[in-house]
Amino acid sequence: MPIEILMPALSPTMTEGTLSNWLVKEGDTITSGMVLAEIETDKATMEVEAVEEGKLGKILIPAGTEGVAVNTPIAILLEEGEDASAIGSAKPAASPAPAAAPAAPAAQPALAPAAAPAPAAASANRVIASPLAKRMAANDGLDLTGIAGSGPHGRIVKRDVEAALASGGAKPAPAAKPAEAPAAPKAAAAAPAPVAAMKGLTLDDPIIQMLPPFDAVPNSSMRKIIAKRLTESARDIPHFNLQMDVEIDALLALRKQLNERPGADYKLSVNDLVIKATALALTRVPDANVAYTDGAILKFERVDMAMAVAIEGGLITPIIKDCASKGLATISKEAKELAGKAREGKLKPEEYQGGTFSISNLGMFGIKGFTSIINPPQGAILSVGAGEERAVVKKGALAIANVMTLNLAVDHRCIDGAVGAAFLKELKGLIEDPITLML
Amino acid sequence: MDKQSFDIVIVGGGPGGYVAAIRAAQLGLKTAVVEAKHLGGICLNWGCIPTKALLRSAEIFHYMKHAKDYGLKADNVGFDLEAIVKRSRGVSAQLNKGVGHLLKKNKVTVFDGWGKLSGGKEGARTLTVEKDGKIFAELTAPHIVLATGARARQLPGLEVDGKFVWSYMEALVPTDVPKSLLVIGSGAIGIEFASFFRTLGSEVTVVEVMDRVLPVEDEDISAFAKKSFEKQGMKILTKATVKGLKKGSNTVTALVEQDGKTVEITVDRVISAVGIVGNVENIGLEGTKVKVDRTHVVIDAYGRTDEPGIYAIGDLAGPPWLAHKAEHEGVVCVEKIAGVKGVHPLDISKIPGCTYCHPQVASVGMTEAKAKAAGYQVKVGKFPFIGNGKAIALGEPEGLVKTVFDAKTGELLGAHMVGAEVTELIQGYAITRSMEGTEEDLFHTVFPHPTLSEMMHESALDAFGRVIHM
Repeated sequence: MPIEILMPALSPTMTEGTLSNWLVKEGDTITSGMVLAEIETDKATMEVEAVEEGKLGKILIPAGTEGVAVNTPIAILLEEGEDASAIGSAKPAASPAPAAAPAAPAAQPALAPAAAPAPAAASANRVIASPLAKRMAANDGLDLTGIAGSGPHGRIVKRDVEAALASGGAKPAPAAKPAEAPAAPKAAAAAPAPVAAMKGLTLDDPIIQMLPPFDAVPNSSMRKIIAKRLTESARDIPHFNLQMDVEIDALLALRKQLNERPGADYKLSVNDLVIKATALALTRVPDANVAYTDGAILKFERVDMAMAVAIEGGLITPIIKDCASKGLATISKEAKELAGKAREGKLKPEEYQGGTFSISNLGMFGIKGFTSIINPPQGAILSVGAGEERAVVKKGALAIANVMTLNLAVDHRCIDGAVGAAFLKELKGLIEDPITLML
Repeated sequence: MDKQSFDIVIVGGGPGGYVAAIRAAQLGLKTAVVEAKHLGGICLNWGCIPTKALLRSAEIFHYMKHAKDYGLKADNVGFDLEAIVKRSRGVSAQLNKGVGHLLKKNKVTVFDGWGKLSGGKEGARTLTVEKDGKIFAELTAPHIVLATGARARQLPGLEVDGKFVWSYMEALVPTDVPKSLLVIGSGAIGIEFASFFRTLGSEVTVVEVMDRVLPVEDEDISAFAKKSFEKQGMKILTKATVKGLKKGSNTVTALVEQDGKTVEITVDRVISAVGIVGNVENIGLEGTKVKVDRTHVVIDAYGRTDEPGIYAIGDLAGPPWLAHKAEHEGVVCVEKIAGVKGVHPLDISKIPGCTYCHPQVASVGMTEAKAKAAGYQVKVGKFPFIGNGKAIALGEPEGLVKTVFDAKTGELLGAHMVGAEVTELIQGYAITRSMEGTEEDLFHTVFPHPTLSEMMHESALDAFGRVIHM
């Protein structure tokens, strides 16, 4: 029979406390002595340990609930062989240690499990939406949390869902088991926690009236997506940046050599070589080819390289799939094709969605070095500056070398400094000794 | 001269104007209404309300004639037209007084006269009020809402003369029941008068230029209504136009063209119900930036015209020409002016329409044809009155409830009804649309038994292959 876990009395005088944190979740296997939750009293924070064994069937009091009376059932423990359907017949357990208060099951018949959760906490998580809005969201895999409702009492209605779908910015509903689907980059889209709708300056803002005459160009849907996703990324992802200079004389020589081979039906660019080198470096440091989700770090099995391409009115990131296993000529050809399609607006969604790592190159504009905002759900983005002749010091003497500055912006939630540095070191090695690209 | 300033002045005391005024007053605005003729406007004095009074008399007369069907005896059943009209006027008079009382209670100042914009810049609009040729008041307000309504459209050659050719005005106060009557136009107004006079014994012919009666309604509903009207003895000519009228000493002959042939129809009276035109004249629009498109003032989603500070609502501002549309439009406009948060434009696909002929017709949202044309994959439910216990008990077995759902989302795109009391039923579907209910919400709603409303449940079930009583 299922067992009710009761709010323990952590001191002789305690009558109620705050259930501050659950350390287990529904479905977890519970062993005796395991720490289940943290309880905060006016005096201290203490842990609740399991007395019985089984599976956690249901959490009745959500984390963060204040004023939970001693002996209130806070969770249901299922014994071996029981399933969730048995929850209704739960019986109070002996109070978890270090409770001293006697269990009083007979006195609490009204505390049916369903009635237990604190109403305030429950309603905070509830999405208020019209039936039609819910159906439309379900049809299109849209997560309604984080969408601002414009209906009565802030209810999410059809027009809100339509607006979210039109802007393309709303997050897809979380995949059920992101941790079990590391090979599917789409699962990573579930990563960002629900956030409040972004607020920007609007045209009716008084400050706008103070500006000189302007032409108000309405935001295209691409502009809206760029605004929304990059705002979320800059706000929610803890970015840090690593910089490294690499010498590219050998790379330039190799490029020349390859392009001048008789019968060459390709024309490699420096960028093609950098793409290849980056892909190889990622296969050698796979911990840098990852994405963060709340449930798990997704470690990708291959490198799908997204390359930022500037197009009329915005930018887009077409993807060279399984980039590390492709030869330079193939990468060069694909990169050209994708960039061409991107400029003509002919990319299919699968050609620009789902990359695992991004490269942005502004070298052609003479930019020495720059940092980028991560393209979620990816874990990092490499910014490539111009290759230029610079004075370098070699063996105590000034020399001239072709040098390029690389910046790596990293999501610290899934890639730490040492991993990022190891990746850049590997990349530097590949670029400066490019013959290894052929290996 | 009486000079006063207000926060908002509303020109026209019809259903759009007086409701907007009360809402404005509720929101704390110092409000005035300028009305030239009678509070309540056409709706209350010469439209919705007095026609309902006439049709109620006709309905009871119809039941009395069919008393036998219910096991009752009523011999020598007859009517007194003068008394019927008197009752109708009395109903209007009572409600007209009621509107005056409501405005007073809400501290809205009423000016009895003709309001006309007289210039002024944004922030201080002025309006003159004229009575019997004399301007007696000048009102200033930052916001002026025009709600001057509309009047019957006159077609060349078919002009209302008050004797042979009637508009709704004359048709509301007849001294005799014409032996024969030609109704031009089968919209709500035409069909209601056709129904009224047919019930009182007129030989009624309805001429409609479109291919069906009640052309804005769903095709199934139009077809059903047409059959019912014909069964009652009405003659219906569709795809037909009246080319001209020849007036005799006490009859009028209409030249009606149908299928390329012209026939002459001689009748006692003609009712012209060929639409309406907006009252845009002599209200001072000249010299303002207010745009007028074919007698209607052009507005944005919140009733704003191109002239800052000048607004328009209701019939003046375009279709659908319904009192309840005007009321809501007025409220939206005033709330926007007052800066109420969360004001949204009126969605006309959520406005129900009702026609009080016999049988009644009511609808909300898209017809099946329009939904398909809009690209929806539809699921259509139909439930006939004959399958409903209450309809049989009432002796009203003729009717149909049709629902149109979006197959993808379950959204109720439209609902269309013909039959007894459907004008009272339609709001159930209007609420469903307004709250964005889906078929599941209708499935799970408990409809009381025995009521006609059960058909609304069955129609939704039928759309998804789950109908019970059919």
